Amino acid sequence: MSQSLTVDIRQSKPFSMDVHLQCGPGELLALVGPSGSGKSTVLRTIAGLHQAGEARVICGEKIWQNGRTNTGLSPQQRRVGMVFQHYALFPHRNVLENVMLAIQDQPRDVREPRAREWLERTNMTGMERRKPAQLSGGQRQRVALARALAREPDVLLLDEPFSAVDQQTRRKLYRELAQLRRTLKVPMLLVTHDISEVQQLADSLCLIHRGKTLQQGKVQQVINAPLTKETAKLLGHQNLIPARILRKESAQTIHELESGELLTGPPCEFPVGQSVILLIPPTTISIVDSRQPPAGINCLRGFVSDAVGLGDELSVRLHLETVTKALRFRVPLHIARQSDIRAGVTLDITIRETDIHVMASDDT
Amino acid sequence: MSPFLVSFKLALWTSLILLPLGLLLGRWLAFSANRHKSLIEAMLFLPLILPPTVIGYYLLQLFSPETFTGALSSKMFGGPLVFTFPGLVVASIVVNLPFAVQPIQLAFSALPLEVREAAWVSGLSPWKTWWHIELPLVWQGLLASSTLVFAHALGEFGVVLLVGGNIEGVTRTVSIAIYDSVQAFDMKTAGWYSISLLLFSLAALLVVRRAQPAT
Repeated sequence: MSQSLTVDIRQSKPFSMDVHLQCGPGELLALVGPSGSGKSTVLRTIAGLHQAGEARVICGEKIWQNGRTNTGLSPQQRRVGMVFQHYALFPHRNVLENVMLAIQDQPRDVREPRAREWLERTNMTGMERRKPAQLSGGQRQRVALARALAREPDVLLLDEPFSAVDQQTRRKLYRELAQLRRTLKVPMLLVTHDISEVQQLADSLCLIHRGKTLQQGKVQQVINAPLTKETAKLLGHQNLIPARILRKESAQTIHELESGELLTGPPCEFPVGQSVILLIPPTTISIVDSRQPPAGINCLRGFVSDAVGLGDELSVRLHLETVTKALRFRVPLHIARQSDIRAGVTLDITIRETDIHVMASDDT
Repeated sequence: MSPFLVSFKLALWTSLILLPLGLLLGRWLAFSANRHKSLIEAMLFLPLILPPTVIGYYLLQLFSPETFTGALSSKMFGGPLVFTFPGLVVASIVVNLPFAVQPIQLAFSALPLEVREAAWVSGLSPWKTWWHIELPLVWQGLLASSTLVFAHALGEFGVVLLVGGNIEGVTRTVSIAIYDSVQAFDMKTAGWYSISLLLFSLAALLVVRRAQPAT
């Protein structure tokens, strides 16, 4: 059955929460935020494991939690499939029994074939008789996923399911989940604080901080165009430069940096004279040959205050001559060597104007 | 009835009654967030530090026909509980309550909340969660509890003497028989009784240690 999930949570104790989110059938929504921001509490409220002050959880036509009366269905009645952070497998039962226990409501003779089918779909065939203690982290996660899906849930909840496995296994599990989710027609919520995980797996993103929803939308839309400086910082953006809208032209906006230097960006909705924050993604920054005099649009000069090699890239911090804020970006190591980029040297860069994102400044 | 049989009967009754009681209390103490929990816990564990004579004294007061509880128990058992076997069982239950509750409480506390929650979201009712998940994971605690209670009840002395007296075949347990034998300078009988109790207690502790999961 295809149905959407709508969640509204408000509470003041034991910690304040104000969360609103929606997830459509077959959509994978990532709940992102720093530790302690309330992401897991949202999942637990949906599952019926946490009683929030005032919560409304609606799945399709069914009201799981009624905000007005704050009464709701028990976790057993909600048909939720949940993968816990540490998987929470039943340690005394083998893999097959773990999955079969989740389909106790099914007739006895269909339990085993269905459990085996889900174990096959999660690539766990041949491991049916093993106990959870005899499995690797990745295998445990697959069993937990099979157990969650065997119930044919109306909603799938994934609480940081990749945090306890190594990088290599994680990549493999990403692929498996991406493959599996194509056949799933229920809303899926993934709690994580890893943006790259979100980019690889999720359709949309809901950013939660200190118990509040800051922004929800398509993944790239939220990442590339955060609404506030706080959101941008939480998403890991570093190049946030204060400026003022100087002039608006038909296809571009001219921004004046603190120093008086000008930076051209795409058209924006802010009025002339307004203080704004410019988000400059590192990928929009290119190195200019320093032997030539700086010229052209969005060409800035600065000195490299820090340059650290990270694998095959050089992480550069560039202090613009006229701006207090520094820009951070990465340069492939061979280019850095060619251009002799190191701490202390002067460097000219250009910034691609179309990808600059403009946000309201905090003090406006 | 030989002192061994009296002791054995007493230990068996105490263990049988304390197993469900310890299970309920131990589970409640492990999972409850009740604000009076620590007070109840302290009261339950009092017998561990109170001299048995103090407990015996209060039990005698409770069994006294002038009190409400005494009158009630007289009605239930057809006479006062003092110096009877049922009275002995009641005293033994009170003294052994902490030995019954603690291992079970520890076993339940070691059960991760996530595992129980996983059972609930998997559709298992609280009863099915208890049967399929909790019980198989805490049985070692139950075994430890019953073994400890049995072994401790077998050798109980102070409270037994105060509440049960020393009536041969009815309330004379092994430990009282040892006391009697020593008083009568019959060291050989006292020795037999003592070594039997010692070996049994050692075996019981071994069972408890073995039942505990390796740390």
